[in-house]
Amino acid sequence: MSAQEFAFVLVAVVGGIAALRLVTSRNVVHAALYLVVTLAMVGGTYLLVAAEFLAWVQVLIYVGAIVVLLLFSLMLTKAPIGRETLDNQQRGIAALVGAGVLAGLVFLIQDYFAGKKIVLRPARTAQVGTAIFRDFVLPFEVVSVLLLAALIGAVVIARKEEAPEAGPERRVPLIGRRERVHR
Amino acid sequence: MTSLLAATVRLPFLLFFGAFLFSCGVYGVLARRNAVLVLMSIELMLNAVNVNLVAFSGYLRQLTGQVFALFVITVAAAEIGIGLAIVILIYRNRETINVDEISLLKW
Repeated sequence: MSAQEFAFVLVAVVGGIAALRLVTSRNVVHAALYLVVTLAMVGGTYLLVAAEFLAWVQVLIYVGAIVVLLLFSLMLTKAPIGRETLDNQQRGIAALVGAGVLAGLVFLIQDYFAGKKIVLRPARTAQVGTAIFRDFVLPFEVVSVLLLAALIGAVVIARKEEAPEAGPERRVPLIGRRERVHR
Repeated sequence: MTSLLAATVRLPFLLFFGAFLFSCGVYGVLARRNAVLVLMSIELMLNAVNVNLVAFSGYLRQLTGQVFALFVITVAAAEIGIGLAIVILIYRNRETINVDEISLLKW
């Protein structure tokens, strides 16, 4: 086992344990922190297969932005604690399905890719940039439009509507029958 | 540099890692009630896909996999933004984000 493989096994074990704890933990904030560990370890995996640009993108976007977004939304919604409030009744079936997926994938991978090796060649950031802007310009532009649409959509969805003057003709909330709480 | 060029990593290691992350994500999506936790599990599954893309990018010696992983990360960021906005809106209206209690569209 080469040094890279040893390091990779370490990183993967830590990331795997964190992923398992993420889906089984009883505290939502702990789950978010386990998500940080998992994402950082996935970034470490990218580093170990010499994809450094992707590793830093992973750290910046996932660990930096998405986890913060998730923590903020945990803060804005109630964050209950306890297995019964966080998990539904299908835990056994879900575990079965997850184990089945894992077993099937492991069997297929072992069947087809056993003994194949990745020869590490560092992918320089300049090469990645060249690949994006030479071969994937159109998807790149489409993704920028998608991000703009997502940005506007998120603002429109999450914005608090200016409530009109409270009166008999007050609008009924679209979802749910509860009276809207004004904050 | 020469030692790095000669270094190899067994491909199944990475694929097993990806498969394990994906299975954890599947379990989380199916077993969790809290919508934010469901979104976290979806992120886990997307990360598993990225691990596979990067692994095959290294194996096939092409950068296409890495570029695809970048696009997946971008789309995941957009998805989580919209998803959390919807979750916050639902919480504001119904005071709950348990996905099994939000069955308004269920026939």
